[in-house]
Order: sequence, then structure tokens, then C-alpha cells
Amino acid sequence: MKNLIYIFLLILPGISFGQQIAKSEQGTFLLKNGTLVTVTNGTKKADLLIKDGKISAIGETINADNNTSIIDCTGKFIYPGFIDSGCNLGLSEVGSVALTQDYNELGSFTPHMQALTAVNPNAVAIPVTRVNGVTAVFTKPSGGRFPGTGSAISLHGYTPQQMYAGFSGVIMNYPSTGKRNRWDRRSAEDIKKENDKAAKELTDVWSKAILYARIDSAAKASSKSKEGYNPGMDAIVDVVNGEASILIEVNKATDIKAAIKWATEHKLKAIITGAADGWRVTEELKASGFPVITGPVLATPSRNSDKYDTPYSNAAKMQKAGIKIAIRTNDTENVRNLPYHAGFAATYGLGKEEALKSITINPAQIFGIADKYGSLEEGKMASLFISDGDPFETKTQITKLFINGWNVPIESRHTLLYDEFLDRDPGLESKK
Amino acid sequence: MKIIKLIPLLFLPILLSAQVEQGDVLIKNGTVITITDGIKENTDVLISNGKIKSIGEGLAAGDDVRTIDAAGHYVMPGIIDAHSHIALDAVNEATNVVTAEVWQGDALNPFDVGIYRALAGGVTISHAMHGSANAIGGQCQTIKHRWGITDQYDLMMDGAPRTIKFALGENPMRVHGERYGLMPRTRMGVEQVFRKAFSEGKAYMEQWEKHSANKSANAVAPEYDIRLETLADILKGDILIHCHSYRADEILMLMNVLGDFGVNKICFQHVNEGFKVAPELAEFGATASVFADWWAYKFEVYYSTAYNAAILTKNGVVTSINSDSGELIRHLYHEAGKSQKYGGLSDNDALKLITINPAIQLGIDDRVGSLEVGKDGDIAIFKNHPLSIYAVPQYTIVDGIVRFDINEDPADVRMDIDPEETAPAFFEQGGHDHDADGCMHGVFEQLFEKH
Repeated sequence: MKNLIYIFLLILPGISFGQQIAKSEQGTFLLKNGTLVTVTNGTKKADLLIKDGKISAIGETINADNNTSIIDCTGKFIYPGFIDSGCNLGLSEVGSVALTQDYNELGSFTPHMQALTAVNPNAVAIPVTRVNGVTAVFTKPSGGRFPGTGSAISLHGYTPQQMYAGFSGVIMNYPSTGKRNRWDRRSAEDIKKENDKAAKELTDVWSKAILYARIDSAAKASSKSKEGYNPGMDAIVDVVNGEASILIEVNKATDIKAAIKWATEHKLKAIITGAADGWRVTEELKASGFPVITGPVLATPSRNSDKYDTPYSNAAKMQKAGIKIAIRTNDTENVRNLPYHAGFAATYGLGKEEALKSITINPAQIFGIADKYGSLEEGKMASLFISDGDPFETKTQITKLFINGWNVPIESRHTLLYDEFLDRDPGLESKK
Repeated sequence: MKIIKLIPLLFLPILLSAQVEQGDVLIKNGTVITITDGIKENTDVLISNGKIKSIGEGLAAGDDVRTIDAAGHYVMPGIIDAHSHIALDAVNEATNVVTAEVWQGDALNPFDVGIYRALAGGVTISHAMHGSANAIGGQCQTIKHRWGITDQYDLMMDGAPRTIKFALGENPMRVHGERYGLMPRTRMGVEQVFRKAFSEGKAYMEQWEKHSANKSANAVAPEYDIRLETLADILKGDILIHCHSYRADEILMLMNVLGDFGVNKICFQHVNEGFKVAPELAEFGATASVFADWWAYKFEVYYSTAYNAAILTKNGVVTSINSDSGELIRHLYHEAGKSQKYGGLSDNDALKLITINPAIQLGIDDRVGSLEVGKDGDIAIFKNHPLSIYAVPQYTIVDGIVRFDINEDPADVRMDIDPEETAPAFFEQGGHDHDADGCMHGVFEQLFEKH
């Protein structure tokens, strides 16, 4: 009976079965004769063994036992899976349908909202994303001053816990003196007033948070329980104590300077995100020591007076100033374009090598998960892909995909629709 | 009838003033991608008086003619965007489900820096479209990116056919059905809006034909109505239809309606589910202008595939890739490249998606869209192949005038600066709008903004 099921599974991809994606398989895989772009140890021709979900060996010639599936990678390239360091993937299904959006809770101070709670492991966009080589993302809430806590997830698994990739961070939107968009008709005076009010609110919230953290540690020291229920404050205690990361979204030059000053004064473990104007304040960013997650790269300049290629070249200017950078899409359904965001940054000054780091080892280091992800090294999780060329090049095809050792099919709604409709049958009514 | 014949005369001064600057340029030793006649290595292109005078080796021109050394570079036709809303002060006349009488040519804005940013992406022509709030929206205008001119009418591509925007599905349904409680609230209603409008246009046309045939000196002319007049022009085939659409069923519906009224010139825009009815589109002779990979921003694009352009092309549908966005328009060469990732189109087929095919859809393929002697001198020059991620536009030429030159590219190109603005406004960045396509610009800002 079991054999019959296997035969059925083998012929399954040939049948259009209500647009279901085939199952992933786990096992021992030997990737023979590929060109390994390790990111941390150069590029070399070698074999790579995947076992128990990990990269168990990298070597010139690795021998396989009987239980190992051999994948010939001659002429192919093997890259560590890409990591999008900021997006809403899994938190929104259809952009215009509010009830399918789970990234924006009511309220301004809601750091206890957990993105991981609302990640839909079966979001249609997840397979669409991973077949382009993006194997992990940092998915985050947005809106409000403290919209919640984001989490790094691998793009494979049936529960959020299975997907969790080992990092969570509180999101903060630093008060902005910029316009919201091109249709924002507020006068400079109104914007300043609103910003002053927001700054005061932030000061108030943070003094309370500091006080709360003191009470919290006192309570812990005396093993007494705290009074009252305050999940928001509980969610940022570790941030206040400088133990947990806070991702500070800030884009305009003057605001970035203010955010750096604020985070430095409070001795926070900050990650600056957005940083559209980062190239204008490289000195301050460098001096702060904070890493920067920037993007989208494929974006229009923030000012009409900015040069057309400002968003393309921003990452390069920050990297050259010695700032550690990662690149994000800040997208939902098109997180799959992460390699192209990095590719444009590469073209406009960052170079291929640094651009590759900005979507692999750099985000892994910024998130503190570089022991598991971000490069091809023995002992790391086997999240990687095989391609027929440079993955930044638009036409390059990804031929195999592994996430935490699972051999994931190169299938998504988009490929299944292609298979079904390229030669539609029946075709034209009149021709039948 | 005489009055009607006089109306075009009113526009005559405008048309005459549209005789904009035309230039001479000699492009030396480039890899010339002609689109219609293969690739020519180490070849020169000479533009004289705004037109391509010759393509060949060892061409020479007078000392006063600007020469561009394109050795190692790729020379291709200027990129054409069949769906854009740049250079416009207004996009949606969202006050009636039929507004065929309004015209984007009246809302052109030559000071929009979006024009320069499009040039910096090799785009020389765009189709400035009305929005998608109404089933029958306004007339659109094909423009040339003559950045630097200040007369709005000088943006117009003189001689380009008239075009009009139609819209199916969610946008007219929510603006009129949900918001105003007027038909259409469903895709059934959308069909009837077209049938009613075309029937009225047909009756109007017949009244005027009858009147024209009447030799009596006492004959009373029917009442003139510019909306019905425009609908009549559509039925006569004088206006090309560009229809915002997503779902397969509504695409089939409109082809049925058009078939009943004897109209066959249509380009479906967005047409995310075009791949499902590609054989029907090909049979009808309809064309398709699509996004490379946009999907899931609303429910009617949830069942999409980035392989759309490839499926349509392989089924014989003339297909283009458009921007509908001030962001995407800056890298349509990259968007076209996605048709190679998703469906494996050849280099030339991929480049046709942003050159000759959109030119066909706008009815200007005799003038632009390929590098041929006699065509307009609209050219984009790239470092690295334009379909490569490493491509960088170097020069963009419109009518023989260099409008973008990467070596003379000032940081601030604004021509229209608000004197009360102490520091230039900073706009918070993000991805694209997650809940709307560019076609709804103006509608939500004007009507639905919650204060």
C-alpha cells in the first residue's frame, strides 16, 4: 500500500490537482561538483552534504552511502538562502482586503503584538517567495509608534513555531518630520507641532518604561510578583535594559540623527531601519555603531530634489562609510524580488560581494542567528539553493531549494498556473 | 455638422505649436539592437532633424553634430510605457460612470520630475492615462518625454492616435456601486454600462448621419453632445480602447460587447488573468499590456502568475510590460527581463515587450519602437545589456535631442520650485501602495481620505 502511495506521489506533479504544491522531503542529500558561493569562505568547487537538516560536510570529494540522494550540480552554483530583513510576508494575504491583514493592530503602544502569532504558514505568497531563493525573512508589524514585535522565520513549515528562525525584535517608528506621502497637505508648522507632540509622548512612554523596568528587576530580585497587568511594558523590559534588540524605523536625515541620539542616550541595542537618507548622515550612523537595515532599493527618491538613483546608491554609500548594512524589500507579495533589490544596489556602487552579504550573512549577524544561517558552513542549517547562474541576474533560474534540510519543490501558485495555462486544454471553442 | 467640422480648427494653434525642437546626433560603434532587424555590432546610428537617417558602419556627420561614443554600449529604441500616470495634474474624473469627454491632454504637467526619472530609465514615450474609477473613463494622451520644455502641449506626441481608458471590475464597482449606490455594483452591471453607452453613441451617430444626408435647407441639426460624439468615434474605430481589466470573465465580456458593436481595436491593460483566455484574446486580435509581477494587492489579482507575459506571447497575443507607476517606469528594462525568468522568452521577445509591442498598442509603430531608417530618433543607450541586472542607462535621446546624459546629471533637476518651501519636502518611503494600483490615483485622495 505504501508503495502505491509513493507511485501516486510521483505522478502527482503531472496532474493539476486543485493547485496544490507538492510536499517537501527530508533526507540526506549530496550536492556533487557545484560551485559553492559560501559568502564567508570564498567561492570554490566542492561537494556539500546535507544531513539531519544541516550542512554536515563541505569537501572536495564526499562519498555517499546508500541512503543518500545524489544531486549533480556540475555547472551549477550553490548559494546560502537569501534573508529579507524586513517585510510583512505571511501577515497579509490580499492587500485591499482589510480582514486578511494582520500587521497593523489598533493603538500606538502595542509592542506585545507578536507577528509570529499571526504568520500564516500557508500564505500563498510564501512558496512564491522561496522559489526565488529567499529562504528566510524578518516579518514585522507596522503602524503606530510601537506596533509590535517582529520575528525571523524560515519559509517552510506548517506552524509559526516550526518556521521560527531564532530572532524576535521590537519595532519602533521614530517620530517623523517628513511628509507621509505626496498628498500630505500638512503645513511645515503642522508637521512640527505633531512631531513635538509625538516627541513628548515618546519621552513620557520611555520614562514610564524605565520605571517599569526598575520595578520589574526589583520584583525579580525579591521574587515577588508585580502588581497589575501590563503586557506592553513587559514586552519592552529587555529592550529598556539593553538586552533585546529594538528596530527603529526612521528615514529623514534629521530624524535619523535624533533617533541615534535617543537610542544612544538610553543605551539601547538598536538597529536602524529604513534610513532612506542614510547616505546624508553616514558619519553619525558610523559613530553610533548601530547596524542599518535599508530598503526598498527599488523605490522612488524621497524628495523631488533628490537624484534619480538615490535609493539605488544609498546602501553603497553607507557600506563604504563602514556601516554594517542589510537590504530589505519592505514588501509582502513581492518579497521574491529581494535579489533584484540587492542587484540594483550592487550595480549602483555596492558591488556583487557586498550586495550578497547584505541579504545573507549581514542580516544573520544583525539578528544574532549567524550560527545557523547566512553562509555555507559546516554545522549551519541547510537553507540554500542551486542556480544556473548569478542569482542577481534576472534570467537566472533556481533549480533546487533546501530550507532547514528540507528539499522544497520549485512550485508556487505562479508556476502551477503556468503549467496549467501555457497550452490550455480545451483551447479555443471554435477550433474544437 | 459644420460646427463639428470647425472644432478641430480650434485645436489647430495647439497642433502647430507642437512643432518642438528636433536634433542631430551621431552614435558611434555601439551594439545596435534594432528589434525588427537583428543585432548589429560596431554600428553607427545617425539621427538627423529628429529622425533616424542611417544605420551602418563608418557614418559621418558635420562638426556641429553631437557625437556619442557608444563603443561597448548597447543602443536600443527608446523604451515605451503603454500605461503611465506621470506628468499629470489629474487622473480620475470620478464623477460619472461614463466620462468619455474628458482628456488627459488638458492636465499635462511638464514639470513633473517623474519625466526626468523615466528618461533616466531609458523611457522616451509614455501613455498618460486616465484612471480606472469609471467604466468609460477619459481620453488619454501619448506623450514624449521632452524634459526641459515648459509648454504642456509640447509633451504631446503629435500624430499619435486618440486613445481612451475603459475600466472593468473592482474599481468602477467600488467607486460607483459601493460609494454612490449607482450601477455598476457587479460585473453584470459593468456589462450593461457599456451596452447602454454604446447604444446611445450608436443612436447619436445615426441621427447625425441621417441629418448629414438630409439636403433640406430647413433641416434641424440634432443636439451636439461631446460625450456621445466621443462614443460615436469609438464605434467608428477612430479611438483606440485601453481597458483596465483583471479577471478572465470580464475580459471575455468586453470582447463580446465590442464584437456586437463591430469594434475590434482594443488593448487590455493589467489583464492579470489574460493568461487564462490567451487563445480568445489572440483570436479577437486584442493586445495585452501587463505588469511583470504585480499581484495580490487586491482580490481580483490574487489568482495571478508572473508567467502572464510569457503565456500571452507564446499564444500569439501582442504583449507589452507597463509601469502604471512612477517607480516601475524607471526600470522597465528590468521588468521586461522578468519575462525571461518567468517563461524563458528570448532577448528580442523580451525587449519587444517594452519597444515595438507597446508602440503597436498605441498605434505609433510606424514611427517608433524599433531602430529603422525614417523612424523617430528616440534612443536609449545602456552600459551592459539592457536585460541584465547590471544595466545602467547612459543616454536617452528624444527626437534627436539628448534629454538624459549620465555624465551631465545634476543632483536637483527640478524646474518648478515652491518658493514657500524652505527645505524640499521629504516623503516617507515604502514599497508600492499595497491596496491599490496606480489607476486609482486621485480617487482616494479626493473622495475617500479619512481625516
